[in-house]
Amino acid sequence: MSFEIGIFMPAKVTVEDVERVAELAHLELSPDETGPMLRDLNAILDYVAELNELDTSNVAPLAQMSELSGELSGALRADQEGPSLDRAVVMRQAPESDGAFFKVPKVIER
Amino acid sequence: MPAESYVEQPKTLADLRADLAAGRTRAADLAAGYYDRIEKLNPRLNVFLSLTKERAYEQALRIDAVAAKGDPLPPLAGVPVAIKDVLVMQGAPSTAGSKILQGYQPPYDCTAVARLEAAGAVLVGKTNCDEFAMGSSNENSAYGPVRNPIDPKRVPGGSSGGSAAAVAANLAVAALGTDTGGSIRQPASFCGVVGVLPTYGRVSRYGLIAFASSLDRIGPLAANVRDAAAMLGVIAGHDPRDATSSPAPVPDYALESDQPAAGLRIGVPSEYFGEGLDLEVRASVEKGVAALEAAGCTVKRISLPHTKYAVPTYYLVATAEASANLARFDGVRYGYRSPDSATLSDMYSHSRDEGFGAEVKRRIFLGTYALSAGYYDAYYLKAQQVRRLLAEEFLRAFAEVDAIVTPVSPFPAFKLGEKTGDPLAMYLADIYTVTASLAGICGVSVPCGVTHAGLPVGMQVLARPMGESTAFRVARAVEAVEV
Repeated sequence: MSFEIGIFMPAKVTVEDVERVAELAHLELSPDETGPMLRDLNAILDYVAELNELDTSNVAPLAQMSELSGELSGALRADQEGPSLDRAVVMRQAPESDGAFFKVPKVIER
Repeated sequence: MPAESYVEQPKTLADLRADLAAGRTRAADLAAGYYDRIEKLNPRLNVFLSLTKERAYEQALRIDAVAAKGDPLPPLAGVPVAIKDVLVMQGAPSTAGSKILQGYQPPYDCTAVARLEAAGAVLVGKTNCDEFAMGSSNENSAYGPVRNPIDPKRVPGGSSGGSAAAVAANLAVAALGTDTGGSIRQPASFCGVVGVLPTYGRVSRYGLIAFASSLDRIGPLAANVRDAAAMLGVIAGHDPRDATSSPAPVPDYALESDQPAAGLRIGVPSEYFGEGLDLEVRASVEKGVAALEAAGCTVKRISLPHTKYAVPTYYLVATAEASANLARFDGVRYGYRSPDSATLSDMYSHSRDEGFGAEVKRRIFLGTYALSAGYYDAYYLKAQQVRRLLAEEFLRAFAEVDAIVTPVSPFPAFKLGEKTGDPLAMYLADIYTVTASLAGICGVSVPCGVTHAGLPVGMQVLARPMGESTAFRVARAVEAVEV
C-alpha cells in the first residue's frame, strides 16, 4: 500500500479560519478571545510543521492500537439484545425532558 | 524539605490486610480516619471534588462483617481508594473537572471502579483533575488547582494531580488515574508516588469520560510498586463493554514483581537526556540507572531518533480525537445547558462556550482544524503515519532490551502560575511521556531521588506491550535503593 500525500505548508491561520472552525466546533469566541486563539493556533501549527521533515509516503497510518500487537481484541460481541439503562434514571440528568424525550429549543418554525 | 508539607506514608496493602484479618483495625474505623484527615487537609490541598461517604461506609461495613466471621478477605479488603473525577461512579457527581458536567450524576459505574469495589476496596471520593484530563499541572480544573502536598506553592502535576496528591498526603492508600499523554506518570513523579501506564487495551475504558480514545488509559497510583501492581491486577482484563480491551490473561502482577531484576537488559535512550533536562533530574535518573546495574541488570545506551516528533504527533492525534469526543457535550442529554437560547444551534454553542474552559476550547479548536477539509491529510493523517514510525521504533528497541528507562519529566514540580501563560511550553513538558502513549506500550513512574529543594524525581520504566511485570521488576529494583 502506498500513501502518497502532497505535503504542503499551510498558510498562517487567519481570523476567517478561526471563525470557520468555531462554527464547525459549535463554539463561540468573543472578540477578545479570537486574537489569543489565533496566536496560539499559529504557534502550535508552526511547531507541528516539524513533522514534514519526515518522509512518510510509504507509511500506513496507525489508527487501531490492537493492530500492533496482532491481538484479536477488536473482536465484536454477539449481536444480542440486552437490558439498557433505565430511561427514568437517564432522563433525570437531562437539562429539560418530558420524561420520554429530551426537549430542545424549536428547530423548525411553522 | 519545604516548610509547609503534608506528606505522609500510607500503610502497605499487606499491613492493612494483616491489621484487618487480626481484628486490630475495622474497615469502618479506617474509613472514618481517612475522612477526618481529608476534611482537615482538603481545604488547603483541594484534592477531592466530592466524597462518596455513604457508599464507602456501606462497603466498609460489609468488609467488617466478613472479617468478623473470619471468612477470607477479598484482595483489597477495606483499602481506601480515591477515584479520578473523569471515571464515573453511579450516583456520585462526575465533573471531569469541567463546569459543563457540574451536577452530573452518572447512571452507571466505570468497569475499573466496579472491579475495585468487587475486590473489597472502599471508594472514598472523586479527585480533582485538569478539565477533561487536558493539562500537565492541574491548573486547568474548573474547580481550582490541586496543591502539591510536598510544597503547596507548587503544582502536583496533571492531569491526575488529585489522585497523585491523595496518595502522597495519605488521603487514600491508592488511587485510580487516567493517562493520555503522561497524566498518571507525570503527577506521580511530581508527588513522589508510583504511577502505572498499563498497555493500551490492558484495562477497560468503559466509564472513562473520553478525551482521546486511541490514547486514553486507566491506571493505578500507589505509595509503592508492589501495591500499584496489586491494584493493576484487580482492574486489568477483558471487558465485553470495551471492544478494545485485550482478552490476554491477567498475571499476578504483585507476585511477578517480586522476581529480582537481575539479568534484565535495560536500554537508556540518549534522546531523553538532552537539552532541556534539569541537571538534578538527570543526576537522580543516572543514579537510578547505576542502581539497576548494581542489581545485576545489563545497561545498554540506545537511540530512539524519532523521539523529537512525538509531541507534535501527540498534539495532533489527541486534539483531533478530543474534538470528536467532546462533541457530545451539547446541553441536550446531560450537563450544563445555557439558559435562554432562541434556537437549537445557539443552545449548542452557548452551552459549550460557557461550559468549557480555555484549554479545552483551544484543543477542540486545534483538533477541529486538523480534521477539517483541506487539512486532514497534512495534519491528522500525517500524525498517524508518524505514530506508526514511533511505535515501530519502540518495538525494534524491545528486541534488544527488556525495558527502557528515562526521566518522567524534564523538571520537578514547578510553582503554580509559572507556566500558564504559554500553552506550547506546557505541551513541551510532556516530551518524555507522550512517546509511550502513542506507541501503546506500558510503563511505570517510580521515585528515584529528590532535588536539593526536596522535590521528588521520577524515573520512567517502559516495557513492551503486555510487559507490565518486567516494568514492575525494574521499578522495584529502583525503589529498593531510592537515592
